[in-house]
Amino acid sequence: MSKVLELKNIEKTFYAGTVNENYVLKNLSLDLEEGDYVTVIGGNGAGKSTMLNIISGALMPDSGNVVIDGEDVTKLKEYQRAKYLGRVFQDPRMGTATHMSISENMAIANRRGSKRGLKWGLPKSEEAEYKELLSILDLGLENRLDTKMGLLSGGQRQAVTLLMATIQRPRLLLLDEHTAALDPKTAAKVLEITDRIVTQNRLTTVMITHNMRDAIKHGNRLVMLDAGRVILDIKGEEKQNLTVDQLLKKFEHLGGESTLSDRMLLG
Amino acid sequence: MINIILGAVSLGLLWAIMTTGVFLTYRVLDYADLSVEGSIVMGAAIVAKLITGGVNPIIATVCAFAGGLAAGVVTGLLNTKLKIPSLLAGILTMIALYSVNIRIMGKANITLLKSETVFTMVETIGLKGNTGVIIVAVVINAAIAAALYWFFGTELGCAVRATGDNRKMARAQGINTDTMKILALALSNGLVALSGALIAQDQSYADVSMGQGAIVIGLASVIIGEVIFYRGNFLNRLISVVLGAVVYRIIIALVIEMGMKPTDLKLFTAITVAICLALPTFQPQIKAKLAKILPQKKEVK
Ligand SMILES: Nc1ncnc2c1ncn2[C@@H]1O[C@H](COP(=O)(O)OP(=O)(O)OP(=O)(O)O)[C@@H](O)[C@H]1O
Ligand SMILES: [Mg+2]
Repeated sequence: MSKVLELKNIEKTFYAGTVNENYVLKNLSLDLEEGDYVTVIGGNGAGKSTMLNIISGALMPDSGNVVIDGEDVTKLKEYQRAKYLGRVFQDPRMGTATHMSISENMAIANRRGSKRGLKWGLPKSEEAEYKELLSILDLGLENRLDTKMGLLSGGQRQAVTLLMATIQRPRLLLLDEHTAALDPKTAAKVLEITDRIVTQNRLTTVMITHNMRDAIKHGNRLVMLDAGRVILDIKGEEKQNLTVDQLLKKFEHLGGESTLSDRMLLG
Repeated sequence: MINIILGAVSLGLLWAIMTTGVFLTYRVLDYADLSVEGSIVMGAAIVAKLITGGVNPIIATVCAFAGGLAAGVVTGLLNTKLKIPSLLAGILTMIALYSVNIRIMGKANITLLKSETVFTMVETIGLKGNTGVIIVAVVINAAIAAALYWFFGTELGCAVRATGDNRKMARAQGINTDTMKILALALSNGLVALSGALIAQDQSYADVSMGQGAIVIGLASVIIGEVIFYRGNFLNRLISVVLGAVVYRIIIALVIEMGMKPTDLKLFTAITVAICLALPTFQPQIKAKLAKILPQKKEVK
């Protein structure tokens, strides 16, 4: 089994040397095997988003290395790493260009990782492919290729963003609470679509969630972050049989520094 | 009266080229670029210097465009590489260009009264006065709109639009947003300088202060075009911007005709732009008021 991602001794402090100094990631290391579908949980401010931002290059670590498929990408800029990564953000507005149409957005995503030149950017020949992909979502979007992204609901946008993140198969799919801004029913639907896309394409995936039940229900591995460290890493059969109660007990036993938020318990 | 209108139309069409440049930064890139105040003069300065030096007016005009490209690149580098906030980066270029433009001209203004210009060139084939200017300007505007429509449909052009729309998304899709910004700023300032070069040839002089307030005139024109004409796709937007610039000039010509002091024009323009920019803020209240006044079930828009 080859490693898709290696985080090696990542350190990150915000506002170092000021009164607001915030030591967020503490010697964080994490490896992802090919095909891992990891759910990540942890209290507010545990450093989950910071970890994802460091993988994607949106933030640079103070020290440590990010290795994707054996290649050290620590020094690569965000746009240079994009060829390996598919990303969906918490805010549904962040993942798409709102003034551009669905098909324009998909055409842009379809060129992730390749050079963009003076060829026509929206060939008619690609529309059939987009329609087919959109029809998988079962949201009726396949007949609305020319609709501006900004006119879609949050759930529809997240679903399209998922397609955009995976239309060019990424080595690693990064999901940062991508259903947190949606109502429960829509969130469930988007999660179900996520599962389908991840399993069909056998994507290596990191999914941050606030919801313990979702973290248990989805994926084949569960990681809990607390105060910038991995304090739990449950895989395989143990993950399959995990319950919310067990997870809470483990957390208490480990004496996590942060309290688990209500949102996280109740979810 | 007809002559006043024709004069306004020809001037509007020349300013439309700069308005298209402003549209590229302000609307497509979502970047308020003030360097245009300097690059419009730069275009005029380069063309005046070269023409009085005996260079062919067409070549001189192309050089003016190139000068504008360079100015845009400078603003882009200040913003992306040195991380200077966009407004400030534009102001720095604008201020620097004031000195550069005087250096180019060697003095504060140059007259082109006795020189050959692109407009005297078309006069030799019988297109005199406003008619000649209007025909030349329509051809250039049409060529620019066609070129931009093509460019923004290409992969690269889509990447620029995505950058203007959502920088975070663009980077996540592997787009080098810094390069796209520089590219759009260069294109924009190139067009603005081209516009300055043509305005100078039309008015037969280049003056170092002719750019004052250009950004506000550009914004006013963009907004007027959007309010009155904009329906639908990108090509339509480009055309509405050109028409907006023409309408702006006609309005100005009319208010002057009605007795407004030319020196009050900038105040008038600034107030117009302020009102237009504030409209979205007040639209809900205005709509609510209108709905009270007009109780019948009609769409208020
Ligand atoms: N770009 C940034 N600049 C400064 N501080 C930041 C930045 N990003 C995160 N932080 C700080 O780092 C800490 C960890 O934030 P992070 O977003 O990683 O937490 P999280 O685990 O994702 O929490 P949540 O569950 O609330 O999303 C917080 O205290 C946050 O304020
Ligand atoms: Mg977070």
